[in-house]
Amino acid sequence: MRVTGRRYIIIIFVIGALALSACGAEISRSQNANMVDSVTLTNKGSDTIVNLALAWAEAYHVTYPNISVSVTGGGSGTGIAAMINGTVDIANASRKMKEKEVANAKENGFVPVEYVIARDGIAVIVNPQNPINRLTLQQLSDIFSGKITNWVDVGGENRPIVCLSREVNSGTHVYFLESVVRMGNKNDETFFSPSTLLLPSSEGITSEISHNPNAIGYDGLGYVTDAVKTVAVSPSDDGLYIIPTIKTVIDNTYPISRSLYMYLPEEATGYTKDYIDWIYSEEAQSIVEELGFVPVN
Amino acid sequence: MTKLVNRKMTFNTKYRQLLEFVVEAIIRISGYSAVVFVGLIFLFLMQESLPTFGEIQARDLWSQRWYPIENYFGVLPLLSGSLIITLGAALIAIPFGLMTAIFIAEIAPLWLREILKPLVEILGGVPSVVLGFLGITVLAPLVREELYLPTGLTAFTGAVLLAGMAIPTIVSVAEDALDAVPKAYRDAALALGATRWQTIWRVTLPAARSGVLTATMLGIGRAIGETMTVMMVTGNAPQMVSGLGSLFISLRTMTATIAAEMGEVANGSLHYHVLFSIGLILFLISLTVNIAASAVLFRARKRTERLLS
Repeated sequence: MRVTGRRYIIIIFVIGALALSACGAEISRSQNANMVDSVTLTNKGSDTIVNLALAWAEAYHVTYPNISVSVTGGGSGTGIAAMINGTVDIANASRKMKEKEVANAKENGFVPVEYVIARDGIAVIVNPQNPINRLTLQQLSDIFSGKITNWVDVGGENRPIVCLSREVNSGTHVYFLESVVRMGNKNDETFFSPSTLLLPSSEGITSEISHNPNAIGYDGLGYVTDAVKTVAVSPSDDGLYIIPTIKTVIDNTYPISRSLYMYLPEEATGYTKDYIDWIYSEEAQSIVEELGFVPVN
Repeated sequence: MTKLVNRKMTFNTKYRQLLEFVVEAIIRISGYSAVVFVGLIFLFLMQESLPTFGEIQARDLWSQRWYPIENYFGVLPLLSGSLIITLGAALIAIPFGLMTAIFIAEIAPLWLREILKPLVEILGGVPSVVLGFLGITVLAPLVREELYLPTGLTAFTGAVLLAGMAIPTIVSVAEDALDAVPKAYRDAALALGATRWQTIWRVTLPAARSGVLTATMLGIGRAIGETMTVMMVTGNAPQMVSGLGSLFISLRTMTATIAAEMGEVANGSLHYHVLFSIGLILFLISLTVNIAASAVLFRARKRTERLLS
């Protein structure tokens, strides 16, 4: 008898819980109905841009409280693939879309439009204890392709060189391969040396370089911290060595700098278009500068 | 009153029969479901990975360069990387884990045992990303400085951390197996004049053999499938392994490759199918390991039966 009694209590509990949860669902639905204007834009892609995109999203939400922009990283390729598959509204990319990707988008029924939203310099970074202060583009190419393996050969201490790179799905990786390892030569088949460490995040690179005096790596100017040292780079053997700064990236004298992009379907209108237009405003572009990138206008 | 009780009884009997039937059915379905799931996973992996072989030759896969963004899909560096890191982890974890299990089960006094066993199990519950973080900030610099290596992000660092993850599994399962050996075995051995060590090595451990082997397999299984930790500390450089010395360079594993690259690939591309082929290879490896373990156990049991009959 006691057992049966307990069972009834349990049943009553379950029914009660169900009823309560039904009420809960009812309440949240009516809340949604009250806020018809609340819109969420999705924005995904390059890890280089993710902090900038987040800062923009926050500032935009302050000005337009009914619109929130959800930002995720994952790499340029990831963001572009998501836009092609229609799962995000805007893709962030630190490289131009490949022809194949544009073709894929057209297959899915839309034409992607490109917006240059900021400029970025790729800083070459070493451990602060490393006496090396400057390198030519040719030396960098030899180091990262494995032709030079000791710091002595570029005028440093007798230490092995450990090259660090972002993972292959990072736009920064592709950009560095094309513009530094292959020095802009499209027919060049040079690769990163197989012993190059591929780290999944900017933080991983900064952390290893700040601990390891053998290491050399690269990262967006916006991610360089005081724990590492930036190296001045010369485009040719007899040229000037240029330190990456906002000024040298704007006037394009620093050889490893590039544009950052947002891509969205041509048909996109309304909230998405308003957001892109706002990004070119003075307010948004001043945020670019705060984060160590370079504004476009 | 009696009538009421009687009616209640028949109701209860019927109700119980129904309950019995339902519970039995649920248990039976759960039992079969494992087989069904393994079969479905295998079919899915086959379906997603087979298109690889329509687009590239098997010898392209069986080559030494992995650079997927330019269509180099040699899986040998990844395969050998996974194998040697797992081997390194096993070399550290098996002796260490078994010794810990023997200490807890056979040697430690009861009060110490009550403390050690739960602690080891808590160690097993530490999330792999936490271990990976410790690896980057503490273990990697230590490995670089103490072993005079160019970098601390090496296969060895990964193997040590993986061993740390496999040990709790090995200890926990092996300790249970040792604990299940009847006390009479030990008493008999000691009565015959065997020392404590002889009893452990010649009697208790062989008697718990199947459990100890299971513990080892589970530990290795944990090591070969682990992703997050190895991705954080092994440096992920797709280099070929050339002997045990390769433990001290950076290597890339199959699991880390899938985890790092799956997010980026376009559905249905060649790269996507190759990543699934790597998943299939991983699946086949763990299947082989399990089948081998079962075969060894089965043969051992056969022998015992023959000896006893």
